[in-house]
Amino acid sequence: MWNYTEKMMEHFKNPRNVGEIEDPDAVGEVGNIVCGDALKLTLKIDKKTDVIMDAKFQTFGCASAIASSSVLTEMIKGKTVEEASKITNKDIADYLGGLPDEKMHCSVMGMEALEKAIANYRGTPVKKGTVEEEKIICKCFSVTDKKIIRAIKENSLKTVEEVTNFTKAGGGCGKCKPEIQKLLDEFWQKEATKGARAGVEHEHKKLTNLEKIELVKKVIEEEIRPHLKRDGGDIKLVDIDRDKVYVRFLGACVGCPGSGITLKGFLEKKLKEVVDENIEVEEVKE
Amino acid sequence: MNKKVVYADNNATTMAAPEVFEAMKPFLTDRYGNPSSMHTFGGNVAKHIDSARESVAKLIGANDPQEIIFTSCGTESDNTAIISTLRSYPEKRHIITTKVEHAAVLNLCKYLETVGYRVTYLNVNNEGMIDLNELKASIDPDTAIISIMYANNETGVVFPVDQIAEIARVRDVVFHTDGVQAAGKIPFKMTQLPVDLLALSGHKLHAPKGVGALYVRKGTKFTPFLIGGHQEHNRRGGTENVASIVGFGTACELAMKTFEEERTRIKGLRDKLENEILEKIPDARVNGTRENRLPNTTNIGFEFIEGEAILLMLDEKNIAASSGSACTSGSLSPSHVLQAMGIPFTFIQGSIRFSLSRYNDEEDVDQIIENLPKVIARLREISPYGK
Repeated sequence: MWNYTEKMMEHFKNPRNVGEIEDPDAVGEVGNIVCGDALKLTLKIDKKTDVIMDAKFQTFGCASAIASSSVLTEMIKGKTVEEASKITNKDIADYLGGLPDEKMHCSVMGMEALEKAIANYRGTPVKKGTVEEEKIICKCFSVTDKKIIRAIKENSLKTVEEVTNFTKAGGGCGKCKPEIQKLLDEFWQKEATKGARAGVEHEHKKLTNLEKIELVKKVIEEEIRPHLKRDGGDIKLVDIDRDKVYVRFLGACVGCPGSGITLKGFLEKKLKEVVDENIEVEEVKE
Repeated sequence: MNKKVVYADNNATTMAAPEVFEAMKPFLTDRYGNPSSMHTFGGNVAKHIDSARESVAKLIGANDPQEIIFTSCGTESDNTAIISTLRSYPEKRHIITTKVEHAAVLNLCKYLETVGYRVTYLNVNNEGMIDLNELKASIDPDTAIISIMYANNETGVVFPVDQIAEIARVRDVVFHTDGVQAAGKIPFKMTQLPVDLLALSGHKLHAPKGVGALYVRKGTKFTPFLIGGHQEHNRRGGTENVASIVGFGTACELAMKTFEEERTRIKGLRDKLENEILEKIPDARVNGTRENRLPNTTNIGFEFIEGEAILLMLDEKNIAASSGSACTSGSLSPSHVLQAMGIPFTFIQGSIRFSLSRYNDEEDVDQIIENLPKVIARLREISPYGK
């Protein structure tokens, strides 16, 4: 049994604004029966003020999908289109007092329907032309790389499981999980690089030698080794002498042409960012 | 719980019979001895385990009570049957099962594939039936075991276990059947069924949770799964769950006492429930064959709506059932059984299983019939696909 909040159950039992507005000013439709949930949102908008006068929904889906749709209509009524466009899936989930992790995709569906409705109102063709650029990662639920990356970014997702909870990608046959992992790795590597650049600007407080050693160990253990292990490689901390960090590659990393990038572009950057900007990493060979 | 719950989820678990609870009580209080002990206080308890063993054997028509090994649950029994056989025939690396097995068999087979075994998952047709010719064609000299369930937990579809067993016997392959849903619901006799291994679970037939059994035909090669003490004649280590075993025995006695009349009565209730639902609710269909089916189970798909929403609305009316929809499966994929049957997604997502037991009556069925059409109509109003 899911751990639903009282507020969520209340909206499921007494959903507000069920139905379809006749002659709507905006329509947003997402999902389908195969995916297990679908939402059709219709809006009446005052064209002079851009205020959403009325909103109605029809939802095929579980209790949390129905409740998410219901609160969405409550949240946007009376808001201007501009204000409504700022609503995120997190806002919807928060309004419900939270959703179980596995049900976060219900709030994402609400946000997407709203975006489509707004695009429909503004006459901006919804993602026209971009569909070709996007790549479908999850074939079971037709989830694109763009949608996944956006969910990772906006909700700071770290694992494939979290991505599945928010977007459904990987929740069917599961064959696309390695691809999702790749998107996660790429995204967070980019972020780390950004962070490293920003890190140079603010000064690190002076660490004791012991703190420095502990921190270097932690970074290697938690940030670097899991990535390498996934590809059958590994890395070992050999020694630390002032700002010099000596490491040895193991397994598949030995002789791997990519190990140089891992060493300087990834490990050294990360250590510069979180430990000391003067740190240099060197490889020790057997 | 104040209001009476209409419990129609008996394939998930059943109420322990009051008689079962009474029979168990002494073994949870005064008679706590270890049946393996030398002293009378403990040793006497062993007699009660033996008598429970006899009752279980009798329910399934086994020749010798020694063919029954008590375990902790149906899953342990299934795991024991398969692992034991693989260990007994280490040179054979092929397993045959079906796409619609319970997770206790299916996920074990998936695991075994990762450690080098070859597994054939037999297909089912849209009525949930396997093709015996496909089975025959799948057997090869490398086949160690055939594991095919007796009756499906989701649809109630009953497989022709007698024919499967005969095929296995002729081809000299060990045959295990997961009989968890069948035992106590449909009659069968192990003396007339050439099945080598059969898994049972207590809590599906009004015994408590935490006890199961494995029937091992005399002469079947066996290697213990739980390795430990000499309990269960060296076939399953671990101190016996005495109270639950005693309860299991009592539950089997109770089932035998009124077997035929209850089977007919429950089938009557199920048929009434099913027929009235189909009559009152449009765009609904029964999943699985209506011919060879457990008498207590019906699985019905309602188009255009989603199962979890149906269940939660029924829950409001104190009706307990289950669903094969994605949202209720704990994953995003709906029921593997209904998918294997090729049921359209529009029906799978809105599939509901009602499973009855001896503790259901006409009033329960009427209450479901009264409430379900309203729930379905309400959800179809909300759905963009509803009419």
